[in-house]
Amino acid sequence: MDFVEILASSLRSAVGVPAAAYALAAIGLNVHFGYTGLLNFGQVAFMLVGAYGTAVTVNEGGPLWLGLLVGIGAAVVLGLLLGIPTLRLRTDYLAIVTIATAEILRYVTRSRALEPLTGGVFGIQKFADPFFALNPIPPGRYGFGTFNFGHRQLWVMAVGWLLVALVLLLLTVLLRSPWGRVLKAIREDEDAARSLGKNVFAYKIQSLVLGGVIGAFAGMLLAIETQAVNPDTFISILTFFAYTVLILGGPGRILAPVVGAVIFWFLLQFTDGFLRGALEAGWLGGVLEGNEVAAVRFALVGLGLMLLMILRPQGILGSREELLTDER
Amino acid sequence: MSADLLPGLDGVAPQPGVPKPDPILVVRGVERSFGGLQAVDVAHLEVARGAITALIGPNGAGKTTLFNLLTGFDHPDAGAWLFDGQPLQGKRAHQIARAGMVRTFQLTKALARLSLLDNMLLAAPGQRGEHLGGALAGRWRPQEARNRTEAEGLLERFGLAAMRDRFAGTLSGGQRKLLEMARALMARPRLLMLDEPMAGVNPALRQTLLAHIQEIRREGATVVFIEHDMDVVMGTSDWVVVMAEGRLIAEGPPAAVGADPEVIDAYLGRRHGKAAEA
Repeated sequence: MDFVEILASSLRSAVGVPAAAYALAAIGLNVHFGYTGLLNFGQVAFMLVGAYGTAVTVNEGGPLWLGLLVGIGAAVVLGLLLGIPTLRLRTDYLAIVTIATAEILRYVTRSRALEPLTGGVFGIQKFADPFFALNPIPPGRYGFGTFNFGHRQLWVMAVGWLLVALVLLLLTVLLRSPWGRVLKAIREDEDAARSLGKNVFAYKIQSLVLGGVIGAFAGMLLAIETQAVNPDTFISILTFFAYTVLILGGPGRILAPVVGAVIFWFLLQFTDGFLRGALEAGWLGGVLEGNEVAAVRFALVGLGLMLLMILRPQGILGSREELLTDER
Repeated sequence: MSADLLPGLDGVAPQPGVPKPDPILVVRGVERSFGGLQAVDVAHLEVARGAITALIGPNGAGKTTLFNLLTGFDHPDAGAWLFDGQPLQGKRAHQIARAGMVRTFQLTKALARLSLLDNMLLAAPGQRGEHLGGALAGRWRPQEARNRTEAEGLLERFGLAAMRDRFAGTLSGGQRKLLEMARALMARPRLLMLDEPMAGVNPALRQTLLAHIQEIRREGATVVFIEHDMDVVMGTSDWVVVMAEGRLIAEGPPAAVGADPEVIDAYLGRRHGKAAEA
């Protein structure tokens, strides 16, 4: 078994574009869940409208920048549509409506009726050429040993992680301001916030839209990297991976989604490489077949998460004191 | 005990719904029923400005429901109320709080994972940095500094200054009552509505809380509080309003109300066998 190669591929995956995209999706959820206490179980819906907003616009002949704006606009509209009927009600209603909406949007996108626009089950391909045309990195491979990236991949990674950094910077400013204090107060007890003159509904809408737009960035990034959108990429498990990433890092911590995403992707790739290596070396003695590795690695990652929740329930960056005073 | 401080209430007859010379709050025909139960049915109630008014009554009398209705946390089936001449029915809870009528809760609502100082700062009215644009522009800092000075002063006054950076969730029950009262003051209320501020508090802290209530009144705010302990009511309030089964059954100076047979009936049961609502 080649440990160096397994390690290198795990590291590649830990800093890759999907890790950046999951970090963004989880940052959005952190705004919703970690800071405002909103249970959004449909983050993937925001990713979908971001990705399709961009892909459809470019596919129909629009410029890329317009596509990105359409993606953002679609996320804002989705946030308002989801929030206005549900955010005056208890938290659980938002959870129900968001998870249902995510599935509805996926089915609508893949429907025959919308095929001329969305490509139906086939999706849309090759729409991100204008993005790659902007790539300032000369062609070639960069890195050392087997830890290396092609110039196209590196370009998407650079933009992705830069976006993560900018979003985190913006959120740091916002969450340290009195605006952020109101969000946290709503998370703790919305009636208390109301009794002190805060328009709780307006803040929840702002939080839902802001976190949703950040989720849309995640969808755009995934779509641009693969030059493809397909409705069946945007299944609900993505939302739960984003929650996994967030809880791994520690909700309510600004850097938690980044730490969580890097560790999540490292572990996913590492268990995969390790299991395959062990299989080839004959260590597993017929217990496991090659096509079962993908499933078993998720079981292993799940086991790891359970251990984390038992040993460190506040997440990697969370504070124990904060967890103990949680009264929700 | 404080009749000399409030000459305005001297000539007011001790009858339910009696008009007062300078009311800060006038309630007219506020009704609320839950299914078949008429929880609140207040025909007329006036709260005298600058006074401490106690709202008493047996369990289930509708005191907290009336509080919820007046502060926008529940909606009445009928009725209207004027706060300083401004109609408040149909307004939402945060609008009522901003108008200057601030409440606390029977079960304290400390914001557990916010520091005491943040709990206090949250309550400051009219903060620029609470709007997205204002938060980004960053020009809220001078105002925040002023609010901070005020918050620290209040924490000092309520004996919580040493704990200002701790999470509110680490406070004891009594300390939470203190924090909630201090936080409500930070919102600069003209009318402070305290829902059982003394519930579950040890006798020593109770005296502290009572002193704070007296001081709040001295500074010019009006206080309405719900209380069960008759000794507290007699010693602290300028005026007592009694509710039973959703209605006002008596009001007047503490001594007069304490001797009122209607009130004694309401607490101890009318005729034999018919106990007060549990």
